Parts: sequence; structure tokens; C-alpha cells
Amino acid sequence: MSALPRIKTVVDPLFDNNPIGVQVLGICSALAVTTKVETALVMSVAVTGVLVFSNLSISLLRNQIPAAIRIIVQLTIIASLVIVTDQLLKAFFFEISRQLSVFVGLIITNCIIMGRAEAFAMQNDPGRSVLDGLGNGLGYGLVLTVVAALRELLGAGKVFGFDVLTPTSEGGWYTPNGLMVLAPGAFFLLGLLVWLLKTLRPALAEKP
Amino acid sequence: MLLFALAVCAVCSVLVAGAAVALAERQKANQVLDRQKKILAVAGLMPEGAEWTAAKVGEVFRANIVPQVIELSTGLPVPGADALAFDQRAEARDPRASDKAPPNQAGIARLPRRALVYRQLEGGNHRNVILQVEGKGLWSTMHGFVALTPDLTRIEGLTFYEHGETPGLGAEVENPKWQALWKGRRPFDAEGRPVIEVIKGTAGPATTDPTRVDGLSGATITGRGVTHLLRFWLSERGYGPYLARLRAEGETP
Repeated sequence: MSALPRIKTVVDPLFDNNPIGVQVLGICSALAVTTKVETALVMSVAVTGVLVFSNLSISLLRNQIPAAIRIIVQLTIIASLVIVTDQLLKAFFFEISRQLSVFVGLIITNCIIMGRAEAFAMQNDPGRSVLDGLGNGLGYGLVLTVVAALRELLGAGKVFGFDVLTPTSEGGWYTPNGLMVLAPGAFFLLGLLVWLLKTLRPALAEKP
Repeated sequence: MLLFALAVCAVCSVLVAGAAVALAERQKANQVLDRQKKILAVAGLMPEGAEWTAAKVGEVFRANIVPQVIELSTGLPVPGADALAFDQRAEARDPRASDKAPPNQAGIARLPRRALVYRQLEGGNHRNVILQVEGKGLWSTMHGFVALTPDLTRIEGLTFYEHGETPGLGAEVENPKWQALWKGRRPFDAEGRPVIEVIKGTAGPATTDPTRVDGLSGATITGRGVTHLLRFWLSERGYGPYLARLRAEGETP
């Protein structure tokens, strides 16, 4: 493990080991919060924050955590961080936290967080674990933002709330694609993204 | 092992409790602001999608909306009650300030004796009346506001500020497009009984089908909850006496 250069710990999860695209984790929230770029970005920041701090604290404690109760300890730490994040969003980004509704709380069950805690932070030093958390958070955020940008563009004709393709209802020529606003639209986009990723990086494709 | 588990729990609880306490004030301010926005929107004073600053919301609110504490059973104003500090939901929870609610389908267990109503004022004239409503949906109690036109015969708007319904299904009660369907509907029949209903499927426009509103697909029970809560609060058991007093006083044009 430690043979991996530090920079690779951050860059790897962006493409070659992307948590959504390759590890196929955290799909639930990727469907739910990607109708608009704004919510996707805030969600990405929230997940990255939780991931960095959970990796950090679990890595610091990794030699003390008794093996028999390690999962529940990880979960306690993650749950606390998520609650704090939720409180922060409610205090400083009230509107967006309303739009994200239950999905902030559901970060607790996001497999990326526990996956990285169990697979990485339990074996590696704090510095490297923070980088791993950062990388995976950014990888998650990257996919979320791409999916959200496509959904917002095709579903509402906007990107980041700005009109790009003016929809017919407002006098433009573009007829918004209703499918993109619904969760199945995100499924199709995610599927296409995974396909694209595995075509560009044939090494990632599973053997038939 | 036990010691370690206890230590982790202790640290985490301090963290969570600390964040909750430290941020409580800010969150409360956000909630107050959000409710003021909803009240302005439901009274038609704030255009849909407008991005107003907190100061502007407060200013328009103070200039146009007069909160008043009333006795629910008589509809008369409570003299000397501080409307700004009044919390209807806290009173409903307080056994000394509330009574067991009469049988109802809205899932309301306790009814406060006093309630907070909002009147919209425009150049000294009374305009819309805004009432706080709540009732059970599928998962949660939904809290919202309904605005009635000055003659109290039509709905000006309906909005919800807090609920825990399913995102994408029941949570569509927050959808401005659905809320816009309520404008102009007639909540009462000729005898003044509340008959407004969220149906399953699509209702006609307010002009031809005034007492029914489109249901939300996949959210039949949430829709039924909206029906029940409106019928409860607009009836004799809810704001009926207050509305009767307004009609009798002829304050309304």
C-alpha cells in the first residue's frame, strides 16, 4: 500500500478508482440529489467533508479500535460527523439543506464513507487517509456534478440556474426532457458514464 | 474495550450536542425567516422564485402583515398577548394551554386554546387572512399556511413549511406548481361547511371545479392528509369561530 505515491492517493479515485464509476458505491444519493448542479455541489462538499474527517479520526484511532467492535465504532464516528454537517447546513445553507432534505442524513449510510474507513483508514496513517478521503470525495463530487449538469441542462435547459437552452414554456425552442428530472434519468446517465469510463480504461472492465 | 467504546461515545455526544447548541440560534433565525417568506408567498406578496434578502423579507413582512393572537373557541383577539413571541405549536404541546382535540381525521391530538392568525393590511384595509394549519400526512405532521381572500370565500394560496413526506412523492406538496393550483378554489359549500378536497387524479380549473384540487401521483395518503387538515382547521373545530366573527363584523368587503 505505502508504495503508492501520495499524489496517486488523491488522483486515483478521480478516474481509475472512482467510487461511483468503478467501485459503484453511493449510487442512491447520486440519483437523488443530481437534478440541479447547486444541490449536487453542496452534497459533494458535505460528503467530502465527512469523508476526510471520518478517515482522519478512524486512522488516528486505528491501533486502539478493538477489532470486535470496529464497525460500530466507525459508524458512531461517521454518524456524529454527519449530524454536525447537517446542523451546519441548516444554520448556514438553509434553503439548500431543505432541498437536500433527508439525503444529508443518509450520508451515514453512504457506502463510500464506511468503505473507505474499513478498507483504507484502518490500515493507513492519518495523513494518507486524509488524502484518500479527499480523493474519494472529489471523485464522488466529480461524477455527481457531471450527472447534475447534464440533468439540469437536458431536464430544465439550465446550468447552475442560468438559462442555456431556453425552454419552449419561456418562449425558447428547447423542449425539456422530463425523463432527466426523474431518478431513472440519472440511472441512464450513470450507466453511460460507467460505460464511457470502462471504454476509456479497458483495464477496469471486468472479465466476462 | 468497554472503556474505549465509552470514550468514543462520550466524545461523539459532546461533538453532536455542542454543534446543536452552538448553532441553534442561527437555525431558529433561519426558520423564522423561512416562515415569513412562506406567509408572504401565500398571501401573494412575494413572487415565486424571488431571491429576497433577510432584511427585505422582514421589512415587507412588517409593512404588510399583522399577526394577532386569538382565542380559538371564540375567535376574539386575546388582549395583551405578544404576537411576535407567540408559538402556536409550543402551546399545542403544553397541557396547560391546550385541550384534547375533538375527534378528527387530521391526526390532531391536542388543540391549543389560543392561535396565531395573520391579516394582510393594505392602505389600512384588511386583505387576505392567513391561517396556520397542520395535520398528518403519510409519515409526518405537515405544517403550513393557508391564505383566504378578503371575503373569505376563496383560497388565495396554500403552502407547507415543514413536513417529512416522501421526497419526490408526498413532498411535492412543496412544489410551487401544485400550490398554484389552489388559488381561487372555494373551500366552503353554500352552508359554510369546508368541502375542499384533494382528489385522486386531475381536477378541473378553479372556475369550473372550484372545490377539488389535483392529487399528487404516488401520494394519495399525503393528499388525503391535506384534505383532512384543511377541512379540520376551516371548520367550527378550528378557525370557524374566528372566520364567523370576521364575517359578522363585516370587516370584509
